[in-house]
Amino acid sequence: MTLWLTLLGMGLVTYAIRLSMMVLLERVTIPNRMRQALRFVPLAVLSAIFVPELLLPAGHVDLSPGNARLWAGLLAIVAAGLTRNVLLTIAVGMGALWILQAVLR
Amino acid sequence: MPTSRSEFLSGVRAELPILLGVIPFGLIYGALARGAGIPAGPALAMSSVVFAGSAQFIGAELIRSSAPALLIVLTTFVVNLRHALYSASVAPHVKHLSSRWKWLLAYLLTDEAYAVTITHYMEKSDPTHKHWFFLGAGLALWGSWQSSTAVGVFLGASVPASWSLDFTLAVTFIALVVPALKDWAGLAAALSAGLVAVLAAGLPLKLGLFLAALIGIVAGLMVEGLRET
Repeated sequence: MTLWLTLLGMGLVTYAIRLSMMVLLERVTIPNRMRQALRFVPLAVLSAIFVPELLLPAGHVDLSPGNARLWAGLLAIVAAGLTRNVLLTIAVGMGALWILQAVLR
Repeated sequence: MPTSRSEFLSGVRAELPILLGVIPFGLIYGALARGAGIPAGPALAMSSVVFAGSAQFIGAELIRSSAPALLIVLTTFVVNLRHALYSASVAPHVKHLSSRWKWLLAYLLTDEAYAVTITHYMEKSDPTHKHWFFLGAGLALWGSWQSSTAVGVFLGASVPASWSLDFTLAVTFIALVVPALKDWAGLAAALSAGLVAVLAAGLPLKLGLFLAALIGIVAGLMVEGLRET
């Protein structure tokens, strides 16, 4: 019973957070300053998720040539800049990772 | 002109590459939740009631160590705080929708659905049916999360770590972020957020991620402010 209540509590707080701003910002005109700030949300959050995946694959900073994720990620960044194509970038990044892992092993 | 149906399908399609990384994650969650002593019913239910990968992993871990329910709920709150930023970020785009749509889309507002949806919202195309894209991306993720979790719960299956499928999430985010870096302010936001996330990686409960996002947003605003003066 406690377990189910815990689950329900976890679900409710998660849902409340996700719904919060959609409802709070419903009737107000969003100030210009905030609109500017919101433009940076995806860039900031997504970078904060992927950069550590490249630099700390094992939980500590690894800039060595043996860090396959770092080099594969850098190649993916180049591919994304040049092609602006999501699928191609994923193919380059994953392909590079598999080749580097095979070579570096 | 895009129709609701074509937007929905584009949303599903945009989500597909990310699913490659999400499915192994779901399998592992399912196996881990059973390993933590959670019965199959609640382990499965967590995926639909909570529907948030990292919070579910941490939740299962805390349930295993018999942490008090209130602590588990509070931890979930902190781990998922970043979703408030997503909610604010999509708010102007869903403002015109009915409450029913907002309630549904809020339920589907995960990292993975947000990433492709906000990218689509920022493209300069007809916005009339873009909430269908959101729905398509969200449901594609939802379906694969529920089914991979179920397989993990019942079979305990896993994908060999050497396939490194978890890396698809990082490369997908690279593919979404890099083409969106159109000015110095955006670059400052991305770089400073990435740097802070690395420096603050040791903080518990994904607080490092939240802090990094906030600092990235402030950095972007400051650079934009400099340019204007």
